[in-house]
Amino acid sequence: MLLNQFLMLGAVLFCIGVYGVIVRKNAVLVLMSIELILNSVNINLLAFSLRNGSPDGHTFALYVIAVAAAEVGVGLAMVLLMYRNRRSVGLDDLSEMKG
Amino acid sequence: MFSASTEAAEVILKSGWFLENAFIIPIIPAVAFFLIIFFGKKMPMKGSEFGILSMFAALAMSLGAAYQWIQRVNGVSEETYVKPIIRSWTWWQNDGVSLGIGQHIDGLSITILVVVAFISSLVQIYSTEYLHGDRRYTHFFASLTLFSAGMLNMVVAENMIQLILGWELMGLCSFMLIGHWWEEGANSRAALKAFFTTRTGDIGLLVGTSVLFFAANDWTQKTLGVSGFSIRGLSAWALSGDPSSAAITVGAVALFIACIGKSGQFPLHTWLPDAMAGPTPVSSLLHSSTMVVAGVFLVARLYPVFYEGMNIYGNSVNFIVLIGGVTIVIAAALAFVQTDIKKVLAYSTVSQLGYMMMGLGAGAWLPAVFHIFTHAFFKACLFLGAGSISHSASHHSFDMKKDMGGLRKFMPITFSTWIVSTLALCGVFPFSGFFSKDEIIDNVGYAGYNFFMIVGLFGAFLTAAYMTRATYLTFFGEPRGAAAGEHHDDEHDAHASHDDHGHDAHGHDAHAHDSHAAHDAHDDHASHGPRESGLIITVPLILLATLALGSGFLNAPAFGEKWENLKKWVEPRAEVVSVTGIAKPAGAHGETRLAAGSTDTTVPSEETASPEEVVADGTTYSTEDTVADDSELRTTAVDDSHSEATDSGSHSKAEAGKDGGHHYSDCGTKTPVGGVCYAPQLKHAPFKWWKAGMSVGIVFLGMILSWLLCVQLYTRKNKKLVGLTERNKVLGAGYSFLANKYYLDTLYEKIIVRSIAHPISRGAYWFNQNVLDGIVNGAGTSTRKTAGWVYRNVDQKLVDGAVNGAGTSAENAGGALQPVQSGKVNQYGALLFGAAAIGALVLVIINF
Amino acid sequence: MLASDVLVAQNVGFAIIAAIMVIGALRVVTTKNVVHAALWLVVVLAGAAAQYILLAAEFLAVTQVMVYIGAVMVLFLFGTMLTRAQIGAEKNLNNKNAIIGLPIAVLLLATMLIALNDGFKAEKLPADTPLVTTQQVSDQIFGIYLLPFWALSFVLLAAAIGAIVLARRD
Repeated sequence: MLLNQFLMLGAVLFCIGVYGVIVRKNAVLVLMSIELILNSVNINLLAFSLRNGSPDGHTFALYVIAVAAAEVGVGLAMVLLMYRNRRSVGLDDLSEMKG
Repeated sequence: MFSASTEAAEVILKSGWFLENAFIIPIIPAVAFFLIIFFGKKMPMKGSEFGILSMFAALAMSLGAAYQWIQRVNGVSEETYVKPIIRSWTWWQNDGVSLGIGQHIDGLSITILVVVAFISSLVQIYSTEYLHGDRRYTHFFASLTLFSAGMLNMVVAENMIQLILGWELMGLCSFMLIGHWWEEGANSRAALKAFFTTRTGDIGLLVGTSVLFFAANDWTQKTLGVSGFSIRGLSAWALSGDPSSAAITVGAVALFIACIGKSGQFPLHTWLPDAMAGPTPVSSLLHSSTMVVAGVFLVARLYPVFYEGMNIYGNSVNFIVLIGGVTIVIAAALAFVQTDIKKVLAYSTVSQLGYMMMGLGAGAWLPAVFHIFTHAFFKACLFLGAGSISHSASHHSFDMKKDMGGLRKFMPITFSTWIVSTLALCGVFPFSGFFSKDEIIDNVGYAGYNFFMIVGLFGAFLTAAYMTRATYLTFFGEPRGAAAGEHHDDEHDAHASHDDHGHDAHGHDAHAHDSHAAHDAHDDHASHGPRESGLIITVPLILLATLALGSGFLNAPAFGEKWENLKKWVEPRAEVVSVTGIAKPAGAHGETRLAAGSTDTTVPSEETASPEEVVADGTTYSTEDTVADDSELRTTAVDDSHSEATDSGSHSKAEAGKDGGHHYSDCGTKTPVGGVCYAPQLKHAPFKWWKAGMSVGIVFLGMILSWLLCVQLYTRKNKKLVGLTERNKVLGAGYSFLANKYYLDTLYEKIIVRSIAHPISRGAYWFNQNVLDGIVNGAGTSTRKTAGWVYRNVDQKLVDGAVNGAGTSAENAGGALQPVQSGKVNQYGALLFGAAAIGALVLVIINF
Repeated sequence: MLASDVLVAQNVGFAIIAAIMVIGALRVVTTKNVVHAALWLVVVLAGAAAQYILLAAEFLAVTQVMVYIGAVMVLFLFGTMLTRAQIGAEKNLNNKNAIIGLPIAVLLLATMLIALNDGFKAEKLPADTPLVTTQQVSDQIFGIYLLPFWALSFVLLAAAIGAIVLARRD
């Protein structure tokens, strides 16, 4: 197996995730895209871990998973709050911060 | 004159349980804080008992430690370096860097410990009455206790990290305390302002600590085996000749910026008067003995670093003296235009802190520390007195012009304690302020800063004048506003006679109004007249006033040397202390501190000889060569000093015949050989009665002038207010006749006060409020307003250009970037990733 | 079975799973139905777990299945249902940013692929190194990476409290 095949898979997933983050309007879908990005990073970490024979990548992949879980929890709570307050989860409706 | 070797001296140093365990002192209130938070609301006294008991315990331990420290100091001769009691536990360690927590107990920390614990105890007792029924009573006591814990922790801190911990804890608690009544916008703004302004300075603390750590760590690890954070290590390092002048100067300046912020020095003093928005006990605690002296304490604590970094005793004016001197005058001038009694005291505090800083900058370490000590008592007393007035006499108003006046009849205890403290603050002879302030002024002059000595005297004059004004407005003349029992909407008629009855009738009985729901419930008061406060308030006042009167005698060089107790107990002795396992003779660096203007120069080689060589030929070396300039003092101090290497080679001392046989060592002047110094040799101005007489004379002059002016101004105005002229034709005629007589005063007021004092004060106040605040709070609209004002005043053109330019360019840039801030998250994401993509592309291209 | 056969099998496995993952990911960001997107995401995450096994990280793979597919996806589905009663297809899931989104994603992908190709060319993953055991991972977590672990614990705690506070109805 080549190292690059994993890294490139990661790159493709990452860019798909980026596309999702930019294009999606629904907040839940944006969060899903972020999950894609995080997973692609994990694949990279593990590929390098195998290459270097070191467990560091595993440790950090675990940490990434934990952080992602926390992020989803808070993110969805925010989406819920947003829905409750304005009956919509469209991110375009949230432009109070417009300068 | 040669004492036994230091090793022997260490053996005979006494210690004791309180000294060895002084680290417990900050832990007591910290524990009490958690008790209050968790159980406070269920306790009969709503948690205040925990706070008060913890402060009493801390006070008792501090006093015990003080007693044992005095024993320890008295056990050795006058010249021996008294080793501080240092204990340290490592709580974090990584890759050679270890952080400890512990205690560093010496005369300085003991002094401040006692003061802080004492004032905190009194303030807590006072608060039980003052904040009785407040809705966040328990939280108030929790913050107050945690605040004291922070301060005590800072005082006992063994290293800079621990010191920062206490420092930041105080910052946080001051925010909570100042904003205690946050429902009013002004209060929460003041809290934020205090927090942010001190935070601005705190950047300096972090930067300075890091700079000093990286500069000093190698040396301290090698020589003393302690980390570069340790206060002891830093002190020794600063005087060792090891530091490069750049590193230590940058470190000292950065640390001093933190002190400027915390101690309300110009130009970061703006937060301090606003911080009066907090409850009065908070003002009393924060602005007399704890928070604001933290900065002064830091300078005193790391004095060797500032001594070397700022080139104290050098020829030119150093940064600390300059800032201190400017602060004294600016703050004192501002105190004249205030009508809020607490703001007068706040500016007075700023001004007094300026004295302390100026003293420290001029090498008057002991007088400055002594001034912290005495100032804590009389200023706490004044603040609590102001609180007592507002609590019992003026319906929570602090406005001297509207709601006070003539209170001396109704509040005899508050009045007399106020007078004692005012005299102490002004520096009248037997009161404590005299001994400390006069010594600072004296020593500043003695160190060669003649101009700043005059600044100090002028400051004393202003202090006397504004305090007289405040006293007059508050306690003399006729009662006005709330002090006259009136609510602001009351009718004017027949007050004088009617109200006197009122006071007599229910002047002193324990009124139901004592249990009002503090602050928010002004109107519960109905219309009772002013009366004396209860015992819970007056007893702390009396205690503080007693100390304001008596504490000066702890160090009264006026009565001869045996009265200089504080000097004996507190001032670290400058002695070269041998270090077992010292890696290399410090002389290898061979740097001496020189008077300003020139940087360090290398000492001739015979001085840089290692101790072994000194022993071998028994050379006696002199120190003359350190004097390159014409600094008079330096010359006199060094001229007839001679130092000798003792036969052990590990211990060298020098003694000057001058200064009435005062001990003299080379510490701070030249590189210590065969050991380290922990404190620079300080100079003490000999006490002269004529100087003291002159400064007291200036003070009296200030008082009398101010008094005369006050009588003319406020009494006359008062009569007009009461409106006698409308009621009685005869009196009216008489009044206008009298008024004609007072045309002179109108002239004074209009021309002299308005044209001289008011513009200066108002200009200074304006500068204070607009320019400095503006800079601190950042640019924006206020900057633009500032620019507009300055525009009209050609002389300020320079400032205007910079400020206006910054404002406009900020606005233009903002306008250009406005479309980017669409408020749409996706677009932000697109920007983020787009920028990342472009950045990555650039990197890829570069690397190809 | 020869070692080379194993490698071939692995490569084939990788290719199949990778293709499924990419298709799944593309569907996640293009589908018109939120629930479908969530289900496609399950596919991607399961594929990722499979890739972890190929990368000799069984523990991670199991964690991935449990945490992501077991917990996070459930959260997503709940989130979807609580915020939108509509389960079917809907319009308006995308905004007008597609015009910038696509170029940015393509640019980023191109850059990364170029950089990866340049950096690692045909470097092979070692087939004979000792594999990382779960014990090693745990030694690391509770050893040198203990401090991040603590920090992470606080993050999770804060997130839990934050989520409750945010979503609480009062």
